Amino acid sequence: MNENGREKYLSEKKERILKELNGSMNHDLPSEEESGKWRLSGLYDHSDLLLLQNAQTVSNPVLSLASLDELLERDRLREKDGFPRKIKVGRLIKPGKIDNGAIIIVPSTVEEKFIHDSAFNYTEGGESGGTGEGEEGEVIGEQPVRPEQGQGTGAGEGQDASHDVQNSAYDLGKILTEKFELPNLRDRGARRSLTKYVYDITDKHRGFGQVLDKKATLRRVLETNFNLQRIGDINNIDSTDFIVSPTDKIYRILSREKDFESQAVVFFVRDYSGSMEGKCTELVVAQHVLIYSWLLYQYAKRVETRFILHDTGAKEVPDFYTYYNSRVAGGTQVAAAYQLVNEIVEKENLAQEYNIYVFHGTDGDDWDTTGEKTLPELNKMMEYASRIGITIASHAYAANEKTEVQAYLENSGLLEERSDLLRMDVMSEDASEARLIEGIRKLISHEIPV
Amino acid sequence: MELIDQRTKSIMEGCKERARKAGLNFQEETLEYIVTNRDLIQLTPRLMIPTLYDYWVHDVEVLKEQGRYELYPSNPYETVINTRPAISFYNDNNPDWMNVMIFYHVLAHIDFFQNNVYFRNTWDYDFTGQALSDKRLIAKLRSEKGRWVDYVIEFSRGIDNLVGYYSEMTSHDHLPHQNESQALDFYFDVFLQSTLRVPVTEYMKELEKYNRYTKEFGDTAEQVFFTEVRSKYPEFNSLLGKYRKSHSDIRCDIFQFILNNSEHLRKEKNAWIRSIMEVVRKTSVFFQPQIRTKIMNEGWASYWHEKLFLADDRIKGHEIDFARTHSGVASLPRVGLNPYALGMRLFQYIEEMADKGKYSAEYIKISDSLEREKYDKGTKRGLDYIFDIRRDLCDTLFIDYFTDQDFINKHDLFVAGRRLNQEKMVWEYYVKSRKVEDYKEMLQDHLYHPPYIAVERSPEDENTLYLNHHFEGKPLVNEYISNTMLGIEFLWGGPVLLETSEPVSVSQGERRHPSSGDNDKAEIKWKRVLYTMSDRKLTKKELE
Repeated sequence: MNENGREKYLSEKKERILKELNGSMNHDLPSEEESGKWRLSGLYDHSDLLLLQNAQTVSNPVLSLASLDELLERDRLREKDGFPRKIKVGRLIKPGKIDNGAIIIVPSTVEEKFIHDSAFNYTEGGESGGTGEGEEGEVIGEQPVRPEQGQGTGAGEGQDASHDVQNSAYDLGKILTEKFELPNLRDRGARRSLTKYVYDITDKHRGFGQVLDKKATLRRVLETNFNLQRIGDINNIDSTDFIVSPTDKIYRILSREKDFESQAVVFFVRDYSGSMEGKCTELVVAQHVLIYSWLLYQYAKRVETRFILHDTGAKEVPDFYTYYNSRVAGGTQVAAAYQLVNEIVEKENLAQEYNIYVFHGTDGDDWDTTGEKTLPELNKMMEYASRIGITIASHAYAANEKTEVQAYLENSGLLEERSDLLRMDVMSEDASEARLIEGIRKLISHEIPV
Repeated sequence: MELIDQRTKSIMEGCKERARKAGLNFQEETLEYIVTNRDLIQLTPRLMIPTLYDYWVHDVEVLKEQGRYELYPSNPYETVINTRPAISFYNDNNPDWMNVMIFYHVLAHIDFFQNNVYFRNTWDYDFTGQALSDKRLIAKLRSEKGRWVDYVIEFSRGIDNLVGYYSEMTSHDHLPHQNESQALDFYFDVFLQSTLRVPVTEYMKELEKYNRYTKEFGDTAEQVFFTEVRSKYPEFNSLLGKYRKSHSDIRCDIFQFILNNSEHLRKEKNAWIRSIMEVVRKTSVFFQPQIRTKIMNEGWASYWHEKLFLADDRIKGHEIDFARTHSGVASLPRVGLNPYALGMRLFQYIEEMADKGKYSAEYIKISDSLEREKYDKGTKRGLDYIFDIRRDLCDTLFIDYFTDQDFINKHDLFVAGRRLNQEKMVWEYYVKSRKVEDYKEMLQDHLYHPPYIAVERSPEDENTLYLNHHFEGKPLVNEYISNTMLGIEFLWGGPVLLETSEPVSVSQGERRHPSSGDNDKAEIKWKRVLYTMSDRKLTKKELE
């Protein structure tokens, strides 16, 4: 980049920082009624059945009951045949509000074609038709700006409908480990062994077993009855009429389980400054859900998670839901977040008892451009942490420029020196899901990156 | 799915009589089915065609964020499908008056399907029957080839929005001279003029000779003529062959080009791929006219269901019910676009204008607005006029020809703009323009328009497929390029190149902070780039 370009970049940067500072954005959680997507009706959104006959858009009940495994098996075969995976899991996972371990997965896919990018120019997309009174230039209505992150981008009709596949994060972690072949975790060594086994009724089995799994059984029964066409109206199901086959019964069965003695604390740190608006945040939270699930599985749920959000200051939030959904606003000071993590670790004496992981997601902006405050905190963190993974989702407009965080991390030499502890992954904000999972592999693998 | 009961059917037959009397024109037989929610679950991913082929994506949530209509030319919630006989769908708890209203709507749709020239390609066969045999074919292939069938469907669907619908249409519409032989064209237009460079006198002599032969030999004239030509110029045949090859595909879409020219598909063992591609292409072409006539089709149906329902004496007493449902369908939204409302009003407006004889040179010359308003020749030709329009036009032309400033003023229409108010952090909707030019431009911008991507011959390498995206101000969705090209490479069986335009750089904040409203529309510079997909690897380089 030449002098001019550099200058332009800096002045743009200044503008951005000012925008972050002066913007009136806040960190509220999106309210309930906001989560329904609001958009203008376009020409092709109308159709006879919906308008004339008020038909409800219903989703396929059999699909809702189908297991993710089936779809992922298809995907695995795709990879074997040399085609990229097509089922998207990660982008549509949302933490549920009620149960901490519950997440919502809508398996989905997209049919790729050469089409025009109509979202390319914002102003064009915003233009529409209208009717009624009003002078030219007169404002006729307002709509609050709602950053879309945290609302499961474009789950399509799946958004409000109640057919999401409820899966626990544990199961997802299992899927990730097995299907995406993420590496298993190596214990830090000094702690207790990983190879102790206990027996527990965790595995599921059709037909016989120790304890009937009522929920899973009911699913099978429903599926069977759907397939036998015994259910006419899904809004009014008469369960007394069901046919129940013995093979529909699903039991928990006694099985050998690894007993992971070692326990872990994971700190998820997310930059929620104003510049993180849009795709960057989606990317970071999606990756953190995946890492969270993977760790949960690796540690057989014996993982404690802490959630830190930061802009210029840092704060801890109680659950994943808040972490996931809080809106972006404000400026950026990475050091504040690291400092808070160090404080918590110190105060609660966590280093003694736990494996500690820190995952940080940011767009790479930092007002502390040289890292003079951040690096000391990072050094301190490396004294106790098992792994620090920093994800930088860089903006498309800064693609040719190293972000501050990336620059000072690289300059510090820590990435080479302490590559066993510190990993950084830089991707563009348009990264695909495959890239996301690749990124996780990079952050958590044992191999020293070349 | 079961047929509607006999009682309702007889009410509907009454509707048909009344609709015919009013001038609508449709085939005698129709089928009406009662659909439950369960049926809809099956039908909607299959675009309401009960016999459409199976494909696993039909059973998965498909991401629709990118604008569904850009990807598919059909609406999954149609109430009537364009088959022979036409099939329409009804809720099982509709009251009679509602079924009557819907059926009038349906009848107008059927009239439109069966008379509008843009549907010409669907007139000669029953799509459900065709689809059923295709479905069986695919099921059979699937039992032999397994999941590879699904890959071929997937990759074919990847280009099914680029089918040459319009060139297909012209093939239905032969002009007399198109029947003349290509050899004749070549001989007189190319061979004599460019290859031999004969003087004009000689050219005229040849022409006269040919004309003389046609008189002498009648039908065999061409044969006799060219036998002489060939003995005179032995190289003529091979040159003609070359000419034919380079001109035969000039108008064909990517699909056809691949089918006609892929060495890979010509192999016996790959014949099954061709059959699946044909099925996908056929299906897509079938749906094309639907999305190109959305405003007209829905406007036409709304115009007629209102007119016919109100005139139907059998359902007196349900005017208020009707008014409530009808206004839900056909009222103009404060902000937003509703094809039913817009199309209906435009048809009504045109009828009124034509009734007064306003579509005439005389009227256009009048500039006094008072006189314009009073103008009435009393021709009463309005109804005939809109029947002609429903036969001849599609949305693009319909809007372009008939939206005028008087129409905009009459219905208080405007272009609504959206801008960010940074102080209040709200999107403001405002009246951007009430000029007809702006309104038309806005509408045209909303109409379905797939990218124009044509096959170019790459002279050096016959095995390479060169696609040229004729840029129209909007880039392609970048993240879809890779997989789409991967699919084309698989079907084509060789490297695939795509030339397209991309922004040089998106200036600061444009995508994230669309704050400055109108100002950031400018300042985008474009560059041509060339994507290459070879051995399932995508590379990109800048051109120039």
